[in-house]
Amino acid sequence: LAPWIPVVGLEIHAQISSNSKLFSGSQVQFAAPPNSLVSFFDASLPGTLPVLNRRCVEAAVMTGLALNCSINKKSLFDRKHYFYADLPAGYQITQQRVPIAVNGSLSYSLYVDNKMSQMVTRTVRIKQIQLEQDSGKSLHDDTRSQTLVDLNRAGVGLMEVVMEPDMCCGEEAAAAVRELQLILQTLGSSQAVMAEGQLRVDANVSVHHPGEPYGVRTEVKNINSIRFLAKAVDYEIQRQIKELENGGAILNETRAFDSKLGCTVPMRDKEGKQDYRFMPEPNLPPLILYDAKSLPANMNHQQVVNIDWIHERLPDLPSVKRVKLVEQYGILPEHSFALLNEDGLTEFFENVVKHTQMKPKKVIGWILNVLLSYLKQHSLTVKESPVSSVLLADLLNLLEKKEISSTAAKQVLAELWKGEGKTPLEIVKEKKLELIQDQKELEQICQAVIDGQENEVIMMVLG
Amino acid sequence: AALKGKVWRFQVSAALKEGRVTPGELCQRCLALVRSTSFLNAYITVAEETALKQAEESERRYKRGQPLGVLDGIPVAVKDNFNTAGIETTCASNMLKGYISPYNATVVQKLLDQGAVLLGKTNLDEFAMGSGSTDGVFGPVRNPWSYSRQYKEKSVPKSHSEDEESNWVITGGSSGGSAAAVSSFTCFAALGSDTGGSTRNPAAHCGVVGLKPTYGLISRHGLIPLVNSMDVPGILTRCVDDAAVVLGSLAGHDPKDSTTIQDNFKPFELPDLPDVSKLSIGIPKEYQAPGLSSEILALWSKAADLFKNAGAKVIEVSLPHTRYSIVCYHVLCTAEVASNMARFDGLEYGHRSEINKSTESMYAATRREGFNDVVRGRILSGNYFLLKQNYENYFIKAQKVRRLIANDFLKVFGSGVDILLTPTTLSDAVPYMEFIKEDNRTRSAQDDILTQAANMAGLPAINVPTALSERGLPIGLQFIGRSFQEKQLLTVAKWFEKQVKFPMIQLEEVKRPNHNVFQHEKSASFS
Repeated sequence: LAPWIPVVGLEIHAQISSNSKLFSGSQVQFAAPPNSLVSFFDASLPGTLPVLNRRCVEAAVMTGLALNCSINKKSLFDRKHYFYADLPAGYQITQQRVPIAVNGSLSYSLYVDNKMSQMVTRTVRIKQIQLEQDSGKSLHDDTRSQTLVDLNRAGVGLMEVVMEPDMCCGEEAAAAVRELQLILQTLGSSQAVMAEGQLRVDANVSVHHPGEPYGVRTEVKNINSIRFLAKAVDYEIQRQIKELENGGAILNETRAFDSKLGCTVPMRDKEGKQDYRFMPEPNLPPLILYDAKSLPANMNHQQVVNIDWIHERLPDLPSVKRVKLVEQYGILPEHSFALLNEDGLTEFFENVVKHTQMKPKKVIGWILNVLLSYLKQHSLTVKESPVSSVLLADLLNLLEKKEISSTAAKQVLAELWKGEGKTPLEIVKEKKLELIQDQKELEQICQAVIDGQENEVIMMVLG
Repeated sequence: AALKGKVWRFQVSAALKEGRVTPGELCQRCLALVRSTSFLNAYITVAEETALKQAEESERRYKRGQPLGVLDGIPVAVKDNFNTAGIETTCASNMLKGYISPYNATVVQKLLDQGAVLLGKTNLDEFAMGSGSTDGVFGPVRNPWSYSRQYKEKSVPKSHSEDEESNWVITGGSSGGSAAAVSSFTCFAALGSDTGGSTRNPAAHCGVVGLKPTYGLISRHGLIPLVNSMDVPGILTRCVDDAAVVLGSLAGHDPKDSTTIQDNFKPFELPDLPDVSKLSIGIPKEYQAPGLSSEILALWSKAADLFKNAGAKVIEVSLPHTRYSIVCYHVLCTAEVASNMARFDGLEYGHRSEINKSTESMYAATRREGFNDVVRGRILSGNYFLLKQNYENYFIKAQKVRRLIANDFLKVFGSGVDILLTPTTLSDAVPYMEFIKEDNRTRSAQDDILTQAANMAGLPAINVPTALSERGLPIGLQFIGRSFQEKQLLTVAKWFEKQVKFPMIQLEEVKRPNHNVFQHEKSASFS
């Protein structure tokens, strides 16, 4: 059987973290009472006009720079038309002709095998980033034959990030999205929490034989977590392979991921072959951005967005942070990945290191193997950890000073998890876990043991 | 027709200031006139209560000696496609019947902030689509000149009773209600809109000044759009000076409208004795369009002579792409209409059909019930032009042609011409019965030819009433100026106005069944 090459591309919508919406002044807030955050413009009242939100532009520029894109100094807005209950104007304002950023790349890493022992780095090309409006939400109430529409989300700013089909499987897609998520959170341009709909991923999947042209692709939607993304992509790849090997054909369709069944199903064809009748948005002039070179001398700094100014103020991206951690603490790259992968874990680690004499190379084991697995077992975040970094540092100090054994340390930790407010030292004393350092005392104890077990000792000596 | 008459200015402002008339009295008189001219069907909504309240407040300000400005206490009317908070905004469509907007259009707010008294919302073609003000859901607007002595004297009576009922002429459109309201003295200024000539056309037919400002000078926030890239709020007054005053109160950057220019606008006053001797007036030969009446042609020529005799340089120029403007407009206008009308789905506001088997069927029924044929026709055309397979050949092509049309003007203005002088309409106003023999699309295509190109290029243009036709109806001529050079444009217009001395309408006593007889003498003596 000829080998199959799976091809995976992604369309990611990230909600911009801003106080107000992309084209209007109403607030952006998750889970507010329905239709409480809707301006006249959001409701598409006739005669209202869009006014571009500067913060959203800056967020998109930051993200574009972080993804190594070229920022288009002139970009345009367009209308994309279709009728749907959650789209009050009958069109979405987006950037179809000339988006704000193009031709970037994202590097991500993943473990080569299940043993989590070695990491490889891959790159995915970023085709473009465009600014566009989010739609409202509609809930279908079939029992009462009605549709409930909430426009709170209508008009919220989105960055659509298009990743080229450079990925080959669910794991790669998941790793790429995870890295993007971390970058967005570091920049602050999006909070990127998938569970709150701030990051939505659609996957484009196809398979083909080596040397042949790309196969027909399907679009997979309704993916609600990074874990499900990997599952959905892998399922779809297998489905397509099976279908083709059975002599069938792949339809260019949209499929939804069913997380309960773990499979993709064709979506109810709500649009058919849509012609979106793209048209320039006549109420928004071209978006002009400046850099240090093109900035006119007398231009008010408040009036314009300066790409160079934003570039200078970018925070350290995750990749940079990881390198710094490895250099500073002598830990492995794999360790730095794990640290950054968990919200707050890096800070926890650094705080422990600050307060202990134990070498970071040893501390990291306690953090990643002991602390993290405990947290995972109990579904806790780092913030919710009953053991604070200072407490753990105290414990590690006892270990480092050889006042307790590592077995004892683990016992102490088990007590500390209970979160009863006792210090490690108190627990050690309570449970009499002190390591005995005195040679004479040790000899006495050993002798007592031997004395009590004469027969066993003779047997042992005789071999 | 003799070129004589009175030129109105806001002399009434002086009267208010001096206390010779109070805002309350003024408001009452205008409201009475609105009532007695209701057969013109110029108003859709008369906001009597709020108007009287506004007049009261104005009166208090005058008593304190603190009027807000020249417009304080002046009754105005607003075309019914501008949002007015608390007052119905219908666009003369079933789709928005009963729609009460929660906000004021920026231009409405500005008028109110200056103390103007809003008498009501005026009639128009549905959603401003049309050149006759005949296709709105509240019926057609009648040109006040239909009831003028000047028209009656010239018309051949078939029989007395038939006369008044069937011979009335249209106002032109789509801002016919506003033009009629100003022409019949019910208000001193009115807002219209202008996308292809919708302010200038009815201004010409109703014998009033109709100003189309430069695109981007006046905010469109709150103006329900027809073609976003061409629409402007229009100003209708009885004299050029008044238009300048209103312009001064409306122009300027609006943060709510991203297509308004940032530059600070300085309101200006026009010189009392304008001088045109240093100007170069261009006569575009393509505006001698097929169908242009010989009357208007002669008047145009006479006007050119007036400028020549005053020492201005008058030269023939060419705007070669003029003849493509109508077809270009059709593509771009219908495309934007298809887009702008997509929001009318019955969900958030406006008419919603009873049919609700599914969302789609509700949309379809709502839009079929809410829109007239003209609107639906344009939506269908526009969607056709926007289809992927047609976009390049129609929409993009039309945009390129638009650029060529705009460049025609740039070239001419760049070669030293200051102002262009053209006719505004092909003929004087036609009787309604004749007008409706052709459909809306045909009429628009014919009537827009002389006004449309200025919208393509975003240029300011103004209709100045010039003379009466052989039928006793108004004929206007148009001046087109350079972008943002309204001061120069209005200065030339004022000079011309002074020269031609267009006659005042002499509204006859009209005996109509179920209508009150009204006297014209009292209404004429406002100032």
